[in-house]
Amino acid sequence: MTALTMPAAPEADASLRPVPWRRMAGIIWRQHRVALTGVAVLLGVVAVLIWIAGTSMHHSYAIAVACQPPGSPACQEADLAFLGSYGFLANGIMLQVLPVLIGAFVGAPLLAREIETGTFRYAWTQGFGRWRWALAKLVSLALAVTGPAWLFSLLLSWYYQPYFFSGNQSLGLTEYTPFFPGLFDLHGVAFAAWTLTAFAIGALAGMLIRRVVPAIAATLAVYAGLAFAVGGLLRGHYLTPLLTTSPNVPGSAWILGQWWTKGGVTLSHATMDHVFNSTMPTVAPTGPAVNGPAGKDQAFSSMLQYLSQHGYTQWTRYQPGSRFWPFQWIESGWLLALSVLLIATTIWLVRRRAA
Amino acid sequence: MEASGLGKRYGSTWALRECTLAIPAGHVTALVGPNGAGKSTLLNLAVGLAAPSTGEVTVLGGRLPGSPAALDGIAFVAQDTPLYKTLSVADMLHLTRNLTRRFDQAHAQARLAELDIPLQRKAGKLSGGQQAQVALTLALARRPRLLVLDEPVAMLDPIARHDFMATVLAAASADGVSVLLSSHVLTELERVASYLVLLARGRVRLAGEVGDLLGRYGQANLEELALHYLRDNPTGVAP
Repeated sequence: MTALTMPAAPEADASLRPVPWRRMAGIIWRQHRVALTGVAVLLGVVAVLIWIAGTSMHHSYAIAVACQPPGSPACQEADLAFLGSYGFLANGIMLQVLPVLIGAFVGAPLLAREIETGTFRYAWTQGFGRWRWALAKLVSLALAVTGPAWLFSLLLSWYYQPYFFSGNQSLGLTEYTPFFPGLFDLHGVAFAAWTLTAFAIGALAGMLIRRVVPAIAATLAVYAGLAFAVGGLLRGHYLTPLLTTSPNVPGSAWILGQWWTKGGVTLSHATMDHVFNSTMPTVAPTGPAVNGPAGKDQAFSSMLQYLSQHGYTQWTRYQPGSRFWPFQWIESGWLLALSVLLIATTIWLVRRRAA
Repeated sequence: MEASGLGKRYGSTWALRECTLAIPAGHVTALVGPNGAGKSTLLNLAVGLAAPSTGEVTVLGGRLPGSPAALDGIAFVAQDTPLYKTLSVADMLHLTRNLTRRFDQAHAQARLAELDIPLQRKAGKLSGGQQAQVALTLALARRPRLLVLDEPVAMLDPIARHDFMATVLAAASADGVSVLLSSHVLTELERVASYLVLLARGRVRLAGEVGDLLGRYGQANLEELALHYLRDNPTGVAP
């Protein structure tokens, strides 16, 4: 066994410059390369699927739009082909899980594994210092996760573009509002913001719970609760909704509520159902011409005409499609603020925590 | 390391109380006591992984544990020698080199080669003795002034234990590294310790240089000294 070489004389360490930040870069990559590669592979595979499905969907959309004259059987067939190509990505549910998966599986184990396996006793006694270590890791991984998520959402925006084209309704194609609950946070900047939020929730959960698996579970639960609360309750109210009595609400509008009044009094659904059922036979007699989308539209608009002539007013509370981008920025803005707060809290806890 | 009135409480239990010590530099200090005596607590307080509930502790001549100077000058190897199990030994070297100011890469690699530890193997796949040696090598390569070891040999077989303590002793004698290590196995420490701190139930019972203590109590070795003292003075504090 060889003896160790003599060390250099200990430096006078009255004021030590901190170990430089850039040293953490290689460390973070080596420690987390599995998680980061997993995220890249996941997004990559889904991106390829979306690309394949998207090109064929855009193609059939182009055919359906260019078809003349609209309403003829050949064009109806093209329409159906387009509608049929929505596939599993149609309502966005599958893709909703991506932000939370990324956040939970990258963010939660970050600190939870250190504490669970005891390696914090190594990491926090090195010269770098524990809170600077935590800050470097949290910020770099947050960026490493949010960047690809944002790029991925560009692809999603491209994919869903045909759904929102405002000429769709007149062509007999379904038109979705860009606010459609399952789709709003898949494009624009909201997807990246939600991914960042999931990561921040995961990091804090990992620090509080200190065990990997429960931290992941808690992250999934908290994120799901937050996403439902925002989508269902909060998002409609970022800006005061508009009210209109016009029966022609554009397809791009996000309808928050509809109700009927007569003479200033709001009527309940039960009452309106009764009114509809009793007036339907007189206004829209049945017959072969009525069965078919055009026939049903005809019946419906005759009904509306009849009702408005008799003093019934339909009110719609909605957000216009033009507010899509302001809402995206509002939502992403407060999600960003929340994420910063969560990450700051996590670092503060690291600084404070006794073994 | 100096402590005055140091105490640490977890919930309503005091793991350490009224601990007043002045451990001089340049010694290999053995921190001994039965399980639950507070040894790990004292070491965690010394390296900055825990904060005192009462009193204070300073290291390396008046520095606070956890301060940059203290982190720089102290290398800690915790119980069960935590390494990142999924990283290779070379990765652990890279990590340690980039997290500290001083790192003697050449020495660390030479030492690992001498021990026949392959650099590319994942740390989790090494034997217990090899993991302990890797952790010790990383700690010593940081060129610390104080090396703190928490029950370093508890999980090792006798040969690994012997090798480990021989390395520690070599570092202490050749490089002037002060060592503070805890154990509940006294026979291991006979050959190495020159200063003794005996803890029982969270309080310091004995502290002093080994030669002085053995002479004062007329015991032949550390084990007899500790047993004798604990038996005769179950709750008293060292005079």
